[in-house]
Amino acid sequence: MPNSKGSAEQRESFSLGDLLLKPFSWVLSLADLILLPLQNLIGARRMAYFFVLPNVLIFGVFILLPMLLNFYYGFTTGNSILLENRPVVGTANFQKLLYCQNYLDVNSCTEDLFWRGVENTTVFVVGQVVGMVLLSLVTALALNREIRGRGFFRAIFFYPVLLSPVVVALIWKWILQYQYGLLNAFLVSLGFDKIPFLLDARWAQLWVIGISIWAQMGFFTLILLAGLQAIPKEMYEAASMDGANKWLSFRNVTLPLLMPTMTVVLILALIRAVQVFDQVFVLTNGGPGTATLYIVQYIYRTGFEFRDYGMAAAASLVLAIVLLVLTLGQLVFSRRQEAV
Amino acid sequence: MNQPNAIVTFLTRRHGGKRFDSADIITYLYLILGTVVMFGPVVWLVLSSFKPLEGLYAFPPTFLPYQQAAVQVAGYAQPLDLYDVKLSDGTVRRLAQISQIGIGARMIDPNAPNGKPIDINIDQRTPVQTIHFEFDNYTGAVEKFPFLIYLRNSVVVTVAATLITLLINSMAAFGLSKYQFRGRDALFVIILSTLMVPVSVILIPAFLVIAKVGWSNNLWGLIVPGAATPTGVFLLRQYMLTIPDDLIQSARIDGASEWRIYWQVILPLAGPALAVLAIFSVMWRWNDFLWPLIVVSQTNLFTLQVGLNAFQGELNQQWNYILAMTVLTLLPITIVFALLERYITTGIATTGLK
Repeated sequence: MPNSKGSAEQRESFSLGDLLLKPFSWVLSLADLILLPLQNLIGARRMAYFFVLPNVLIFGVFILLPMLLNFYYGFTTGNSILLENRPVVGTANFQKLLYCQNYLDVNSCTEDLFWRGVENTTVFVVGQVVGMVLLSLVTALALNREIRGRGFFRAIFFYPVLLSPVVVALIWKWILQYQYGLLNAFLVSLGFDKIPFLLDARWAQLWVIGISIWAQMGFFTLILLAGLQAIPKEMYEAASMDGANKWLSFRNVTLPLLMPTMTVVLILALIRAVQVFDQVFVLTNGGPGTATLYIVQYIYRTGFEFRDYGMAAAASLVLAIVLLVLTLGQLVFSRRQEAV
Repeated sequence: MNQPNAIVTFLTRRHGGKRFDSADIITYLYLILGTVVMFGPVVWLVLSSFKPLEGLYAFPPTFLPYQQAAVQVAGYAQPLDLYDVKLSDGTVRRLAQISQIGIGARMIDPNAPNGKPIDINIDQRTPVQTIHFEFDNYTGAVEKFPFLIYLRNSVVVTVAATLITLLINSMAAFGLSKYQFRGRDALFVIILSTLMVPVSVILIPAFLVIAKVGWSNNLWGLIVPGAATPTGVFLLRQYMLTIPDDLIQSARIDGASEWRIYWQVILPLAGPALAVLAIFSVMWRWNDFLWPLIVVSQTNLFTLQVGLNAFQGELNQQWNYILAMTVLTLLPITIVFALLERYITTGIATTGLK
């Protein structure tokens, strides 16, 4: 990006920031009347504690405390949400949750719904992440070419990212509708029969993956595009001087240099895919049957519909461990790549 | 003879003066197909939301919203539906239908209301349709359902939460980037590590905490808990690290209090980062679903997202209202995107966060 454009952009966003601050400046200056005595009392350096306090307080009460409480819930039982009414049962929840007579058969597990969720989530994660990363890469490569209307196409591909999960689900529910849906109209006009997309287990699984890719790929495309644009032009010039054709320079320049970004994208996509919930909750609510029941939906159902808070907490701890492993995996990977 | 070639050259001329090659054509085909797939569903939603019920439930559906055309004919109280009728002599005339009995219909020429009615078979007529945008879907959705209450809740939550987020995140970022104090680095690491803790993992205990604080069924329960975003603290801290400490030192020498340094020196300089966070925060809060779903159970406190979900669950058949409400729900965020597209995309591309 040329320099002049960059600074113009900054100046504009300065004014945007000013605009946000202006109406509050008088409130903030009033605050000084109280805060100056405070500063005189505790000293300028200790004002740091005051600055971090509100954030730390909210953070501690609503994120850290629940994280700790979750452990307690996981080892207790009963239908009461109040801690004092919950008898401690040790690891019973985990034993029940994780026990299967035959680990290859979901129906032999004591908590078969959880394992159904694990199975479905695995299929979803593999399909969604592979499909989305490939499509994002292709799109990023297309958008990285010097063509007209690049900004327009970039915006179009990104737009669905901004839509809420409820809106995304409703848009597609309408398109996939059995009787009057657009897609079934196409099928009929081509001479096929209508398909009950969301009432057939296989189709529902496929569409949940497809819609999730549709809604998220713009975000990952953007990150990959940033990675592609960070590759210096000289690298390609050097490659073509050495007689590399387009494919060779893609394989030997683009791919290796894009690898760090790819790793980030892959792990981020994985972490998100494992937590799939809200869109599916609106679209199929886990159905038909349990075809699109995923782990978070199992937690939600067990906790808020069956009120079995112990089991729900145990399941969320298992999920937390999976996410932790994925996050650590990202750290290890990116460290190793930095070392190379 | 050279003319067509010149046109092709003109049409395919590009920045560098080079001609289109096959890779360009494939790229454009892919991007245009992508545009249809990515944006088409939204266009379809908007068009559908303007269709009257009979158009919505017509199969096969039409692309644009159509309505049966009708005319007022002298001597008849109600407007009569218009049809193009193929008469037995082979001519086609535009006639208004007076009545339909079985497979027969009695028509009249609207230009000659006193003329003799014409009896035809219904196979002979095709309805005359005109493009018509049905705004009743929108007014109906707003009148019959507490849309305005949901909208108010969403606006209150989004605005209040964004302001609080900007204030406390920038304060924390200032404390973490410009002061030395014991436990600072540990605090930063703890805040960062919760980037990886999604709401879904702490649903039940978070609900308990909210209930104990007395914020279940209270908009504060939607506003405050999410305000301490690790993303925001991280983004602002990294940005503030680039602001030179000399500025703070000279402000101190001038006798400015620490608070004054924060909001008169640091905040204005952190404008770009604050703008990015503001946009993110509006996006997060407007689209938030899972958290409001568990915190709020009274319908008068529903946000648009929760309300829309409840609405589609209970009234499965009233698609005309559902579609109109969906359009109204995505409209604000679409306007924000249209105005600030460049900030959003560059903000995300540079921070890698959403």
